[in-house]
Order: sequence, then structure tokens, then C-alpha cells
Amino acid sequence: MSVFALSDIRKSFAGNAILKGVSLEAEAGEFIALVGPSGCGKSTLLRIVAGLDHADSGEIHIGGREVSQLRAADRNVAMVFQSYALYPHLTAGQNIAVPLAMRKLSSAQRLPFIGPMLPGQRQICADIQRQVAAMAVSLKIDHLLDRKPGQMSGGQRQRVALARAMVRDPSVFLMDEPLSNLDANLRVHARGEIVELHRRAGVPTLYVTHDQSEALSMADRVAVMIGGNLLQIAAPQVIYDDPSHVEVARFIGQPRINLLPTVRDAQGIVQFGTLRLASEGHGGANVTLGIRPEFVQLRAQGQGMLAARVERLEFLGSEVIVFAKLAVIGETVLAKVTPLEARGLIAGQPIDLNLDAARIMLFAEDGQRLPSARVTAAVREIAHV
Amino acid sequence: MTQSWTFGRVFRLTLLILGALMFLAPYIFMISTAGKDQSDIFSASLSLIPQHFAYMANFTKALTRVSMPNLLLNGVIVCGLILVLQVVVAVPCAYAMAKLKFAAARILMAVVMLGLLVPIHATALPLYVAFDKLALLNSYAVLVAPFSISVFGIFLFLQFFRAMPDDLIHAARLDGMSEAGIVARVIVPNAWPAVTAFAIFSVVAHWNDLFWPLIVVTNQSYATPPLGLLFFRAAEAGDDYGALMAATLIITLPLVIAFLLAQKRFVEGITMTGLKG
Ligand SMILES: Nc1ncnc2c1ncn2[C@@H]1O[C@H](COP(=O)(O)OP(=O)(O)OP(=O)(O)O)[C@@H](O)[C@H]1O
Ligand SMILES: [Mg+2]
Repeated sequence: MSVFALSDIRKSFAGNAILKGVSLEAEAGEFIALVGPSGCGKSTLLRIVAGLDHADSGEIHIGGREVSQLRAADRNVAMVFQSYALYPHLTAGQNIAVPLAMRKLSSAQRLPFIGPMLPGQRQICADIQRQVAAMAVSLKIDHLLDRKPGQMSGGQRQRVALARAMVRDPSVFLMDEPLSNLDANLRVHARGEIVELHRRAGVPTLYVTHDQSEALSMADRVAVMIGGNLLQIAAPQVIYDDPSHVEVARFIGQPRINLLPTVRDAQGIVQFGTLRLASEGHGGANVTLGIRPEFVQLRAQGQGMLAARVERLEFLGSEVIVFAKLAVIGETVLAKVTPLEARGLIAGQPIDLNLDAARIMLFAEDGQRLPSARVTAAVREIAHV
Repeated sequence: MTQSWTFGRVFRLTLLILGALMFLAPYIFMISTAGKDQSDIFSASLSLIPQHFAYMANFTKALTRVSMPNLLLNGVIVCGLILVLQVVVAVPCAYAMAKLKFAAARILMAVVMLGLLVPIHATALPLYVAFDKLALLNSYAVLVAPFSISVFGIFLFLQFFRAMPDDLIHAARLDGMSEAGIVARVIVPNAWPAVTAFAIFSVVAHWNDLFWPLIVVTNQSYATPPLGLLFFRAAEAGDDYGALMAATLIITLPLVIAFLLAQKRFVEGITMTGLKG
């Protein structure tokens, strides 16, 4: 049974639909990355889950309990904010202790001067201090506990924010782009740490990011949200290899996927250069052919499926991105090749491109993936010439 | 000082010193007059240094003829109560208007702006009648109550709180704080610059206020410092300007000392709020 489920969450601001029916389920201990372009409603969704904002409709279940009517504090949800949102007037240690103090101490015990005189208060405070210290050790921030947020670096603040969120055993863990304020090196390092922490704590985590490499590398499953809809929720490999929607294909993958407009006839046959594909499924005649740059191969002129001309080359170290303009439709196609294959290529040179037919995807006009793209027999022959 | 005395610098300093002297002149003159005896004051020549030092005599008069400790105590009580009430009312109100979403927020904002436009002089008469009906004239209550809600305070805090990040408040809610807890534990501890700035505006305004006490207080034992001066002049001093200046000096001294002690925070606070003068 899922420990965390959203069903049909809708939200609009001043008549603007921002979330258009978002549904999601997470298993115990699952790490789900929510990716999407800026402004697609990721933070809005997190705020709704946390109880900081109210959905117009939809249900939120945490641990089998419907929580949409509960206050943020009663949902037992922890969140790490993009800005970290540490209390500026408290030291790191005090920051981490706040959520514990708010839960374990009664309101009378929290009062200054009077609180410490009440029975049991000392005991609880000592407990809290112990927990804070243990948390700090596990995040390697024990030497920072007496510093205020203003006296710490971005990376240190981020750890304190993590510690504050993790210290109280939440039922769900929400993170809103916690790494976006760090420099590139630190970010890669922190990724590994967050994944490790998540494995140890085993709390289901919803991790928002607009960085696809973060999402693909960290998550058990990736949820791609575009324009207020969750278009696909699947394992990183599936999201990459088998996108269910053209927007997902377009958003995931670096360099971006090649998307070429084309048409199919009444039998569903797509003719593209010398390539013939059979498609099934709904939709009109206009379809989009998608292929990732690593499945586009270079051939000498006259020896491949599609005639093209090299526009420019991007050298990335272990690989080279070749931008080639197709002769037939004038679209630019990207090919990811090894430096060896790209040797001797110059801009303006005519070449041929081969598309790995097994890796071609077809998308209908509405963006949905068409079930299959089989290479028809005739084409196979051509391809093997 | 390692800066060299260039012409521009000398010019700037001279200008500043002249300006400062102009503003300080009345105060300096007051200090001088407080040390003069009657003949000195009414002599034709105008000198800054008293011919016969009469500080002792004047200050003794000032301290004995009216109950100076009582005046100062009243000043402290009234200003203190006003400030505490204003902060206690304005901070939660400004927090709600800045960070909570509710239907009447816009109307409330309009009311605050309207409140800023209405001076106490416009409402003084109805207020006076109301307090008279309640038989509250000549009391601390009548001196404090009309000022307990400061729209200026609400406005100033509102601007300051708006700039506080929403995430901070979201984090506090997730950590389990109530709205009142957020105000007490997150907002106020981070709003000290605003509170300090407001405190200075408020205390200066109410310590020096003569208008309202003059209307509602006739009993000397509730007189605030400026009102006390008035009584002093009417009752005893008559034309004894030396004593009057000595009394004025005593009354203004607490504010001057407080300002000098808090100078740094004061300036910080004012530049923070972007309000000048
Ligand atoms: N309080 C609000 N009032 C009106 N519109 C809002 C409000 N909050 C968010 N929006 C709008 O909702 C949309 C989604 O905002 P949201 O912050 O969820 O985006 P996001 O996916 O988190 O983007 P980013 O990656 O830039 O953080 C934006 O177009 C934004 O303008
Ligand atoms: Mg966001």
C-alpha cells in the first residue's frame, strides 16, 4: 500500500489553472523526483502537500490518512526550502532543535524563565540536545552548531536545513530545489549525500528540481510535470528511453532529442527519406518523429538514409555533438558521436545520417506516444544495403 | 585620521559644522540661559557665557518648585505604556496584513492609509468628550489610550514584514508553531531594527507632546514633562527664564542621553526603514 498518495489535485490562482489534476503515489522509502520547467507548478504542489496552501480540489493521503483538512504542523511533513529558510536569529543548533522543541515541550514548558522550572523540562531539553548532536554528527556539521546562518556558507546552511527537516522523523520528506544555490561541484557531492541520507532514513521523499540530471541520477522514479500536468511517472531509464509524451521526450535528455515533423498515410506508414515506418494508434496524419542524438549515426555521403550537411560541431571532451541540416525538410538534427567518428568533419560538408530504426519514437499530434514504430520489411532491406 | 586636508574636505566640514551650529543654537542658548541670573538675561548685550554663574540657583529652583521627579516619572510611564501597547497591537496586525491572506486585507490596508491621514487634532474633541463621559480625565489611561493603536507603527512594520521571506514563515508553520508563536518567536526577534526605529519615533513624539496632555490633564500629579513646564511657568517662574531653561534642560536631557547611547541603532533603524526626518 502506498504511504503517500495525491489524487487529482487542482489549483488555480485568480482563474489561472496552475495544477490541472495531479495524481501520484509513493511506496514506503521511495525517492520521487518531480521535474519540470520553471513555473510549471512544482513549488505550488509541494506547498499544497505540506499544508502551506490549499488545493481547490483533490485528496492528499499520508500514511493512509486523508490530511487535506489538517494544519501544516499536524501533517508531520518536513520540508527543505530552496532558500533554506533557517531562522536568522538562532544558531544552527537552535535551528535544528526548534521542530523537536515545538513537538516535545508543552507551551508552558517553552516559556522563557518559567519553562525551565517546570517538572520534566530539563529531561526533555537534554533529550533534544542529544538528538540535535547526533543529527549534527551524521551530517558532519557538529562544529557549526554555535554559528548563526549568516556566518555559514551556502553548503553549510543547506546541511543545517536538511538536519532541521530530518531530525524529527517525518512521514513524508519534501525538498524544493535544495541544491540550486550550490556551486556545480558541491551540488554533485550533495546529491550523493542526500541519496545516502534518504536510504538510511527510509522516509518517502518528494524532491523537486528543474535539473534533469539531478532527477535522473537520484530518484527511484521521476515524475515529469509540464504545464500543471504530470505527464509521466516512471523509473529514470524508462523516462529516458520510453517517454510517453513528446514534452517529456523534449524535456529530458541532454543534448535534447531530435523531433522531426512528418506525415503518415492512411495505412499509418511514415515515409522519411528512405526510411519507412509503420505506426499504429489514434490521431491524424501529422506525426512527430523523435530520436535521441546518440542513435543518429554518421555515414559517408550516399551511404545512409538521409542526406544532410554539417552545420557546426560541439566538442564536449568524451563526445562530439554534430549539428547537421537535413536536405529534405531543412530541420537541424543533432548526432552524438565519439571524437573518432567526428574526426575530419568540417562545417558545410555534405554527409548522410542513419537513424537507428529500433530507437525511433512516433508521437501523435496531441503529443501522445504512438504505440509502436516498426520498420517495415522493405526498409530493412534498404537499411542493410 | 589619515585623510589629508584637501580644500573640498575642509569646505564640506565647514558647511556641516555651520549647519550643525544652526540646529544646535537654540539648545546651546538654552544651556547658557539656564546659567544666567535675571540681570544677566535682561542685559542689553547678548553673551553666551553667563557673567555670574547661576546654575546652582536656577537648577535648585527648577527642581524644588515643581515636582521634577514626578514629571519625569509620568513621562516615562506614559511613553513606556504607549510604546508597549503600540508594539503589542501593531506587530500582530502588521504581520496579519503582510503575510496572511484574508478577504478584508485590502479594506484594512485602505483603513490604515486613511488613519495615517487623520491627525490627532481632528479627533481630539470627540475623544475629549468621550473620556469626560467615562470620567477618565486626569489619569494615565486618558494619556495613553488614544495612542495605543498607531497606524504609523502598523504601516512601518507592514513594510518591514513584507520584505521577510515567506519561506521563513512556512518553515515555522511546518515546525509546529501557531501564528501567535510565529509572531513571538520568528517575527519579533528578526524585527529589532524596525522596532527600534519605531520606538524612537514614538517616544520622541509622546515625550514632547503638549497638545493632548494640555487638553485632558489639569491635575499636576498626572502632568507630563512639557505640561509640567507650562505649569511651572504659570505658577512660579513667571519671568524667571533662567529657572525655566534649567527645567527645560532637565526635561530634554533624558531624550538627548538616550539618543546618544542608541545613536548607532537609531541611524541603522532609520536608514533601514527608508524614512528620513
Ligand atoms: N501566490 C500566487 N499567486 C498567483 N500566482 C502564483 C502564486 N504562486 C505561484 N503562482 C504562479 O503559479 C505558477 C507556478 O509557480 P511555482 O512556484 O509552483 O513554479 P515552480 O514550478 O516551482 O517554478 P520554479 O522552478 O521556478 O521554482 C507560476 O506561474 C506562478 O506565477
Ligand atoms: Mg519553485
